[in-house]
Amino acid sequence: MELISALLVQVSQMLLVLLAALLLTGFVRKVKARLQRRRGPPIVQPYRDILRLLKKEVVVAENASWIFRVAPYLIFAATWVAAALVPTFAKGLLFSWSADLIAIIALLASARFFLALAGMDIGTGFGGIGSSREMMIASLAEPAMLLVVFTMALVAHSTQLSAVADLLASSGVGLRVSLGLAMVGLIIVAIAENSRIPVDNPATHLELTMVHEAMVLEYSGRHLAMIELAAAVKLLLYISLIGCIFVPWTLAAPGAAPATYLAGFAGYLAKLAVFGFLLGVFETAIAKMRVFRLPDFVGGALMLGLLGTLLLFVSRSL
Amino acid sequence: MSVVAFLMLCAAAMLGVALLAVATARMHATTGFIYGATLVLCVAATVFSIAALTGHAGAPTSLVLPLGLPWIGAHFAIDTLAAFFLAVVNIGGAAASLYALGYGAHEEEPHRVLPFFPAFLAGMNLVVLADDAFSYLLSWEFMSLASWALVIAHHRDPENRRAGYVYLIMASLGTLALLLALGLLTGADGNYDFEAIRHGARTSLTSAMVLVLVLIGAGSKAGLVPLHAWLPLAHPTAPSHVSALMSGVMTKVAIYAFIRIVFDLAGPLPWWSGALLLAVGSLSAVLGVLQALMQDDTKRLLAYSTIENIGIIFIGLGLALAFRADGMNAAAALAMTAALLHVLNHSFFKSLLFFGTGAVLTATGERNMDRLGGLIHRMPATSFLFLVGCMAISALPPLNGFVSEWLTFQAVLQSPDLPQWALKVMVPAAGGLLALAAALAGAAFVKTFGITFLSRPRSLEAAKAKEVDRFSLSAMGALALLCLIAGIIPGFIMDAMAPITRQLAGAALPLQARQPWLTIVPAAESGSSYNGLLVFLFIAASSLLAVWAIHRFASHAIRRGPAWDCGFPDPSPLTQYSGSSFVQPIRRVFLARTPLTSEEVTMSAPGDMRAARFTLTIADPVWDWLYQPFADVVESTALQLNRLQFLTIRRYLSLVFLSLVLLLLVLAIWS
Repeated sequence: MELISALLVQVSQMLLVLLAALLLTGFVRKVKARLQRRRGPPIVQPYRDILRLLKKEVVVAENASWIFRVAPYLIFAATWVAAALVPTFAKGLLFSWSADLIAIIALLASARFFLALAGMDIGTGFGGIGSSREMMIASLAEPAMLLVVFTMALVAHSTQLSAVADLLASSGVGLRVSLGLAMVGLIIVAIAENSRIPVDNPATHLELTMVHEAMVLEYSGRHLAMIELAAAVKLLLYISLIGCIFVPWTLAAPGAAPATYLAGFAGYLAKLAVFGFLLGVFETAIAKMRVFRLPDFVGGALMLGLLGTLLLFVSRSL
Repeated sequence: MSVVAFLMLCAAAMLGVALLAVATARMHATTGFIYGATLVLCVAATVFSIAALTGHAGAPTSLVLPLGLPWIGAHFAIDTLAAFFLAVVNIGGAAASLYALGYGAHEEEPHRVLPFFPAFLAGMNLVVLADDAFSYLLSWEFMSLASWALVIAHHRDPENRRAGYVYLIMASLGTLALLLALGLLTGADGNYDFEAIRHGARTSLTSAMVLVLVLIGAGSKAGLVPLHAWLPLAHPTAPSHVSALMSGVMTKVAIYAFIRIVFDLAGPLPWWSGALLLAVGSLSAVLGVLQALMQDDTKRLLAYSTIENIGIIFIGLGLALAFRADGMNAAAALAMTAALLHVLNHSFFKSLLFFGTGAVLTATGERNMDRLGGLIHRMPATSFLFLVGCMAISALPPLNGFVSEWLTFQAVLQSPDLPQWALKVMVPAAGGLLALAAALAGAAFVKTFGITFLSRPRSLEAAKAKEVDRFSLSAMGALALLCLIAGIIPGFIMDAMAPITRQLAGAALPLQARQPWLTIVPAAESGSSYNGLLVFLFIAASSLLAVWAIHRFASHAIRRGPAWDCGFPDPSPLTQYSGSSFVQPIRRVFLARTPLTSEEVTMSAPGDMRAARFTLTIADPVWDWLYQPFADVVESTALQLNRLQFLTIRRYLSLVFLSLVLLLLVLAIWS
């Protein structure tokens, strides 16, 4: 019975991240549109886009290799598996022990690896510039993320996300300098990894500053749908991650009453709404940075992560 | 027959094959026979060393041969540490032999490679088997010389001759340092036997000197920064299967030498020895991968990436040493296991990548990735296997590189309890640098694979490339399979290392095979765990599910057309991103205004019709800063000493007399 309910939670979470991801993307777009005094497309527009893309035929460049055709599915799968391991509305997911936070970062790195390769496959200038810049940003964001993980792991004595959430939900932790630093670092990494303003602009297609959109320029049809879905899931993953670590109180414990699960679910949607709204406000309020200003921004996250880890090495109670 | 005797027979047989190759040097068509023989011998030796590793060594585990120094003999022995490294050496040797069955046929002067290849393998086996200082050093020097001969196999190229010269100098320096270290360990009584050294008493000053000397001796062979200058010259110069052996295996023999002397023979060491290793290791990891990123010659890129991986291994070893010095044996066992697992993993994927580069070299005659491209269409099997290697070395799950990096990170997370303040500051910094190195390695191998195998061909040779032979492909396939297996079931390999960590770190990890679902856990009380098998299955299942769902319910129409590229596709393949343009952002972020790179732009004056020029120089300044002054001193001393060759006979006689008196004086003062 316990196994069945755990399996049920795991499966419903996997479906939830798929469905909620597009909703979140639509919501953030709506918030930004309203803040710019536009009416904006309806919140469900991303679903329509994906369905429309799925129905269309795929146009593939003549010299595209199998990497180009396989990459969208691998990118989607790696991102989806990573998102399925981050607690959204309930802790103690059935398979949470199979991969910890470091593995989740590495899964996202695999997705990025294939996306960068797919960008280079056709041999166009745009694909190359996107891949090249993506790897530059990743070379700063990934170590920053790992150092943020170190900070949390040192507090929780485990790199397991459920254990971290458990500990931070308990009252024994309190306010800590290192966790504050980690939170700022994690938010910067989340912005950089999801190609949001000021690092990249998710709304443009023809701008020389673009990174993510340049890599996927050659994609169309169902391939593009997979990549867009993966990008939406990745944004949801980072918001779930921030929510589950820094606002862990709404997570339902394993084996709780259905009402608790419902409350956890409502809490999760509320978290998505709040963080999505804040993201929209932040993106509207700030301007896009020049590419070579980015190292200062993302490098800041690296320094914050390092500082957080260092503080915990100095004293476990900081 | 005991395992050690059998392995000695294998090594002797390899030497025999080498002699046979010398004897048949003038005959044609011996290539297949020689490599076939080394393949059989390496496979046999692998089987026996794995048997010894899993506790079926059988008695006796040591052997004394009436060779070497009189009254002492040559001691050889096998313990679990040696068995593990013998397995690494012989798996690498077997893969290289299999690969060379195909690749070696393209060799223009086979008699310059064939005799030295089995000799090199025998030398590496003997270093690991040796159990006394004399045979150890002798085998070490034999290994160095055999590999030197392989480096200058294509000696008509002046660059290769220079690489050989630099390698020879560095190898001599390394052996000298090891000789002094072992001399300090044996002491004045001349206890050459390792068993006697292990029980010898020595002051902490002696131990510290031994540590520094071994770090120079073994570290220079392994390629630690700043002793690495020879490695990116020599490793790429040799034929590709030998490059694979040098990078994938010989550096591991150097790690073995380090572990054997520092962890086993030298006795307890102070905590700062761990800090020293951490500093050198993290410096090597980051500088190695940054230099690797800048290279456009794939073999040189791989050589620099070896320096990075050696750095990662040394971070693990440094943590192990620091933990052991502070009595945290369980954490020391974790760090040691991480380092040893990375030794094994790196030998798999680095050999695989060198084989792939060799295949590209055979097919196109090019090592420079800026003249390649689009090979995925012409060489589908090679490119797939090379991709597996790239993923493994970039530490992507579910392959093996990730497991050892994950374990190293877990070891870093064990270290806030270390009492020394210096370590408390250094370990997080080393962890951060390790994370940085891992991310940069990903960029380096996206570049390698993307520029070489993807995009459009940049030269005629690349456009006309053909897939390589079956032997080369099967060698690469075997290694790619090993990368996957070691990635999804690492628990069994970690269990096999338990006796080693018990011997050298005083503890072992919890038994991994007992964990449910083949999960690996780094420490008994830690809540962290990772399961490569499940991650692999999850990714496979969800991507297949996505493919199935889309092709079942959505469109599966496909149309081929010209590239879109925002409506302005450029027909010339030269406008594509090249290796150096791919890394330009990273170069600008990490290496701007450092001595490692310099950019020079020459703009002609207005009205002048000459083209503007952009020159990019990538340098490894360690040569100018560290070696050139040293070389200058050696050269001027040699010139001074040269005068001694033009003396009269009377002066020679008086010199002989003086030195005799001097030696007698030393003896008198000593005793």
